[in-house]
Amino acid sequence: MSCLTGKSFNPVVNRRGVIAGLAGMGVMGLLAGCSDEGAPAGSGSGDAAAFKIGTIGPLTGANASYGTSVCNGAELGCKDFSTDELAFAFKSEDDVADGEKSVNAFNSLADWGMQALVGPTTTGASIAVAEVANSDPQIFMITPSASAPDVTADKTCVFQACFNDPNQGANAAKKLAEMFGDEKFVVFYNSGDTYSSGIRDAFMEKAEELKLEIVDEETFKDDSQTSFTTQLTKAKDKGATMIFAPIYYTPASVLLANAKDMGYDVKMMGCDGMDGILGVEGFDTSLAEGLYLMTPFSADDPKNEEFVTAYKDAYGETPDQFAADAYDSVHAVALALAEAGLAADADPTEVAEALPEAMTKITVEGLTGTLTWNDKGEVEKDPMVYVIQDGKYVAA
Amino acid sequence: MTVFLQFLVNGLSMGSVYAIIALGYTMVYGIAKMLNFAHGDVIMIGAYISFCVTAYLGLPAVVSVLAAVAVCTVLGILIEGLAYKPLRQAGPLAVLITAIGVSYFLQNAAQLIWGATPKNFTSIVTFEVPPALAAYNVSAVSIVTVVACLVIMAALMWFTGKTKMGKAMRAVSEDKAAAQLMGINVNRTISMTFAIGSALAAIAGVLLCSYSPVLQPTTGAMPGIKAFTAAVFGGIGSIPGAFVGGILLGIIEAMAQAYISTSLANSIVFAVLIVVLLVKPAGLFGKYVPEKV
Repeated sequence: MSCLTGKSFNPVVNRRGVIAGLAGMGVMGLLAGCSDEGAPAGSGSGDAAAFKIGTIGPLTGANASYGTSVCNGAELGCKDFSTDELAFAFKSEDDVADGEKSVNAFNSLADWGMQALVGPTTTGASIAVAEVANSDPQIFMITPSASAPDVTADKTCVFQACFNDPNQGANAAKKLAEMFGDEKFVVFYNSGDTYSSGIRDAFMEKAEELKLEIVDEETFKDDSQTSFTTQLTKAKDKGATMIFAPIYYTPASVLLANAKDMGYDVKMMGCDGMDGILGVEGFDTSLAEGLYLMTPFSADDPKNEEFVTAYKDAYGETPDQFAADAYDSVHAVALALAEAGLAADADPTEVAEALPEAMTKITVEGLTGTLTWNDKGEVEKDPMVYVIQDGKYVAA
Repeated sequence: MTVFLQFLVNGLSMGSVYAIIALGYTMVYGIAKMLNFAHGDVIMIGAYISFCVTAYLGLPAVVSVLAAVAVCTVLGILIEGLAYKPLRQAGPLAVLITAIGVSYFLQNAAQLIWGATPKNFTSIVTFEVPPALAAYNVSAVSIVTVVACLVIMAALMWFTGKTKMGKAMRAVSEDKAAAQLMGINVNRTISMTFAIGSALAAIAGVLLCSYSPVLQPTTGAMPGIKAFTAAVFGGIGSIPGAFVGGILLGIIEAMAQAYISTSLANSIVFAVLIVVLLVKPAGLFGKYVPEKV
């Protein structure tokens, strides 16, 4: 998900954690911070050289919650997927969601000897870094969360672990046609945001093909998201019975509150950007009751319980999909290394040469579904639709 | 027809929020002759205080509003004393830049204290609207906001018109040097203006967030800019002007969204502003003061 570009505040705090990720220590610390030390993260990594994985994301500034999740998820992944033969060392860098800073972070990780990059977190930064990672000498890169197709386009050693925006839009249309073929839809999106309008474009194309009945389209922009009553009044007047809203959870909470105040009884489905809505402090979860979400990860799903518990123990927070995507990315790197038969001391250029082919052969049974990759670096996985019942995600 | 009335009510609701913020802008500008761009951020602080008092201390809504007013008043006096007072003799540009600096300072301070992730503000206005009105999208918050606007407007006009302090304010606004010669304590008067402006900001913050529940460090920024536009539209410095400007801005915005384009709504609002200023350079209610040569 996340098409956040470099828009952010100045970094006000440096919260880079100082807890070293020491081998085999169960409970890591109380702070929700990531270690940026290059210590081997796995158990049994005492003697053998460790394979070095780097992560980049905004650990400070307005988007800090995304970067921290990615960093924690990747760190936990490095710990869990380390084996006696192949141990992982882990190091993270802060880029404040800024392209230029991200490239600097990439270079400093390369100096450290990074053999594969799990990152960056945000789209703007990822496009900048992908360019550098793909040019000689190449370094293998898999971004857990940057969703624009531009990130992987025309690059041999760059992969994505999350859906790209067009895929997500098309998948949403398919799911809606299967589940709610008889409803009358209004599409509600942020016309000033690449993530939101990227999904919308692909959705509209697919919806036409599947003959979904779309009675209205409404838009807003970043500078006018205090109230959506006018848009809702129009949608209601046109007889829409279901909203498809590929938007972030912040405006979504306004949309839900407005609909309730108007007494507009309407179904709603959002995409992965809406994940997190239940975690907003002070949010009346009854507003989100019956809300559908197409998101690859749920912390309430029993199959993810082990990961969720380990994550909570280590960082004191419930993992979100950013953390799960990062964990799956490390999982993919571990499997691809085994597939390519590379050892922990492989040269980074050697890794960048061998991994892309190995990536297209592996299948990851991950937290975010069953993942496979095509040779363009795009992921293929089944989208999962959840509905919120009693304040929890339930498979729909 | 029903739909048109609903759009009109939506506009009035949004407009009343702009109006209540614009009253604070116009009050400070009218007297201190400076644009306090940090006003929107004082609003955000007020909303956070109210949120903390209700969510963390579990106290009733009324107490939270009073606490927000108290904190913002002190904050307003502090900002004025620390940031603006040393610049009393400096040019207007220096003060303007400082105000923008204060705005960034407050946003980042709020992010340090409360974090970047948004919080959801629970509306403090909870009474039920009669169904006859609710059918037209009339919400309880909007009723309270419009009433609060009218009360504040009347109180401000009485205060600046009839009381001794209010007269001192108007004197300072006309001519600082002459006011000082007449025995008016200019610094105290301006501090007082900021105190009142910031207290209004606290009330505006609580009502803004009751209307639109997302509370984050940038919450006050955009409504602040729009309310400033409303104040200029109505004639900055004029108290009734701020009210009328705010309401009109809200209605124009809602109508543009409803009948032209949601994406273009802001452009249309600002285009209307430009046209009004071309025809009436001082705004709808502003006094045009010719430059004496």
